[in-house]
Formats: sequence, structure tokens, C-alpha cells
Amino acid sequence: MRWTEAARRKCLNLSLLPPLLLGVGWSQQAQPPMPAPPAPPPPAVPSPPAANVAPRFLVVLDAAHGGNDTGARIADRLLEKDITLSLAMRLRSMLSAHGIGVVTTRDSDANPGPVVRAETANHAQAAACLLIHATATGSGVHLYTSSLAPTPLSRFMPWQTAQSAYIPQSLRLSSEIDSALAHAEIPVSLGRTFLQPMDSLACPTVAVEVAPLAGGATTKATPLTDTGYQRAILDAVTAALDEWRNDWRQQP
Amino acid sequence: MISKAQRILFFSMLLVAVVMAAVLIRLREHAEDQLHAAPGPAPVSGPAAAPTTPVTLIIPNDADNSLTESERSLPLPQDDTARARILLETLLESFHDPKSTHPVGGAAAGKEGTAGSETGRNPDIEDVFLMPVPQASGQHEGGKMAVVDFSGSFAQSHPSGIEPETLTLLAVIGTLHANLPAITQVRFLVDGKQQDTLAGHADLTRVYLASETSAPEGR
Repeated sequence: MRWTEAARRKCLNLSLLPPLLLGVGWSQQAQPPMPAPPAPPPPAVPSPPAANVAPRFLVVLDAAHGGNDTGARIADRLLEKDITLSLAMRLRSMLSAHGIGVVTTRDSDANPGPVVRAETANHAQAAACLLIHATATGSGVHLYTSSLAPTPLSRFMPWQTAQSAYIPQSLRLSSEIDSALAHAEIPVSLGRTFLQPMDSLACPTVAVEVAPLAGGATTKATPLTDTGYQRAILDAVTAALDEWRNDWRQQP
Repeated sequence: MISKAQRILFFSMLLVAVVMAAVLIRLREHAEDQLHAAPGPAPVSGPAAAPTTPVTLIIPNDADNSLTESERSLPLPQDDTARARILLETLLESFHDPKSTHPVGGAAAGKEGTAGSETGRNPDIEDVFLMPVPQASGQHEGGKMAVVDFSGSFAQSHPSGIEPETLTLLAVIGTLHANLPAITQVRFLVDGKQQDTLAGHADLTRVYLASETSAPEGR
């Protein structure tokens, strides 16, 4: 349902293009005829790609905090805002390498604020939105979806509860990431929470909170700064989004 | 030579003084009799201990992101507001235990030199009060809204993260609803004011419904 709605909106946007193009063509035809200079041979440029009306699979990455909002203090010299930005940038590269389009809410040490973050995500009409967080508490990866009660998708959604129409998809996306992390033998916990700007996002949304790996019977204590640990998490998330893209294409 | 008039005046005044002394002595004896006859202000029997009531505390666990029920027995007053406060004070005190599965820094109740030790109140909680759930039409449904006012020191010392903050809020909501089912909504303040988040993550600007909160799933 959500996908057909998104596709319809895209098609409507594209349907506005032909009249504009026709208008430009008409104005050019109205010009008086000019003597044509000898035409040089056309340069060898690739032909323009065919019009693609299918909606593009986009992922929004929201690196939490930034600027004066430092977030949690992970270690003496490691702040949450820095590690979330680092993870988001690396994940963007990995997703791009898999042919997945990415929109980020911030690329530098700035704090756009929850409203701007939600606006950026909603304008992208993304197929998945990931809010990236980090904490020094707990173990493994914590996946959170909104605590809002599910509601049917409607033409106008209240800003504060826009996410309520995407709860089933958000839970499926969370399950997809959970499976991929479990395959990588990374402990995962699932939960529901109220978190800004999650409730204002009009896309399947999961907050991915990365924590150090606690030592256990099958796991070795690993700090959050361990690049191998980070790589394993990002690989799993990339695989999950790859799988999510396949599911997304099969939507009616 | 003392005149006769002076002698008469002297003896008259002496007589008046003796009579006044006698009256004062009698009044004093009368007051003493009344004092002995009245019931004394000193307690004659010890205070009756409040009966303990079984309560359920919802204890969070950071390791597996879970909430578990813990049964305790506490002497609780009759008033719901006072009961809610004691329940939350007991819950938050458990977070300061060295073996707590959900450790929270800051001053614990009863520590020397804190305001809480002087007043007997937990410094993590400024206030707890109950009010009828407000309705748009002006009428009230059956449930109550609990307003929990955390202290600024509790918020500042709370671990930052989605998981620890969410667990704290769920534990508070769950403990209130488990013991006082009439509480269907909970709102949070910090130092008497609305704050965006508890420690940077969990949203404190909204009203939490007890029906919306559920224990997270760990694996």
C-alpha cells in the first residue's frame, strides 16, 4: 500500500514534466528561423538514460546528535556524535558500493535538529530510514522502533505521529536487520521507544544503537572503537538493506 | 519619730502583701492540680507499625535490555500519591545498588551530606502527584495521570543512550501501573519543568500511556 502510494506520487511528479517540456519546445518553435551554421559532427556522448518512472530505492542515514549536542560519552575522548557520524559515513560508502542510494541528514559536526532531520528524510521518500546511535551501556546492537500504535496510511498524517502509518514496515525492517546481525553472531535486543525525530518520519524507520560487546560464554569483550567489530555491524546492516531492497521490489 | 499615719500605712501595706502572697500560693496550687488532672502530652504507647503490603517493582537489566518483576513488601500509606512516591523512591534506590543491573550514578537516598538524608526523601525524585486524566470535553475518564518530577541531579547522572533511558522510563511506568492500576498515563518533568529528553534520547515531551509501554525483547 505504502509503495503504490509512493510510486503514484513519483508518477504524478513526472507527469508534470511533459507539459513543461512541450512549453519549452513551443517557445523555441515560435522563434524566427535563423540561418543554420554548418553542423559539426556530434560529439561522442552517451545517449541519455531512458526515463525511469519506477521509484528509486533510497536509504536515509541519520547520524544522531552533532554540534553542541554531543550525545553520550562513550570513552574519555570518544563522543557519541563522532562515532555516529563515522559509522554513517562508512555505511554510506558501503551502501553506495552495493548500488543503494543514500541520503544523509548530516555530513559534518553539525546538529540540524529533529525537524530538519525529519524533513530531509520525508522529502527523500526513502524505502528505509536508519537512526544511528551509540551508547556505552548494554551489549551488542539495540534495535528500536517507534512505540506509536499502528494507524492506516492516510493522505495527511500529523507531524508528531507520521511514523504510526509505517509501524508494520518498520518492524519488518527491524526483523531483517536482526536476522543479519544474528547471522554475524552479534547480540541484538529489540525494543520500542519514543525518540525524536523517529515519530515524525514517513518511512520504515529503525534506530540502530551500537554498544560495546560484553564478554560472555560465546563472545569476547570488545570496545566500541574496535574497527573489526564496527565492520561486522556495518556489513550486517548492509546485507539487511540489500535484502530489504529485494523485498521492497516485490511490493505490489 | 515615726508618725501615726506612717505606721498605719506600713501595716496596711504589709497586710495587703501577705494577702496577695496567700492568693498567689493558692492560685499556684490550683494550677498544679489542673495540670495533674489533664492527660499528659507524652506518648503513653508506641506507634503502631504500618502493615507491610506486597508490591511489584519492575527492575530493568541493561545487559539483555529486559524488565523483570521483583516482589517486595513495603509499609505503604493509604494515600495513593504517597504510595506512588514511596514506590518510585524504592525503585530508584535500587538503581544505586552496587549490584544493580541498571546502574545509575548520582546521589542515593540516605547518603551523608545529601538533602535526602536530612529530610528522609530520595534526592532522585523531586515530587510525584496524581491528577485525573484530562479530557478535551472537560470530563474525566476513570484513570489517573501520574506526574513524576525527577531531580536535575538524577537526569544529569543518568547514563545516556536509548536503551538505558527507555528502560528507566518503562520501569517507572510499569511499577506505577502494576501497583496502582488506576494510573493509566505518566508524564515526566525534570526539576519541575518539561525537558526534551531524559539524558539526550528518550522523549520526555509526551504523555506516556501505560498501555503503550511493553517490555523489550532480548536475545
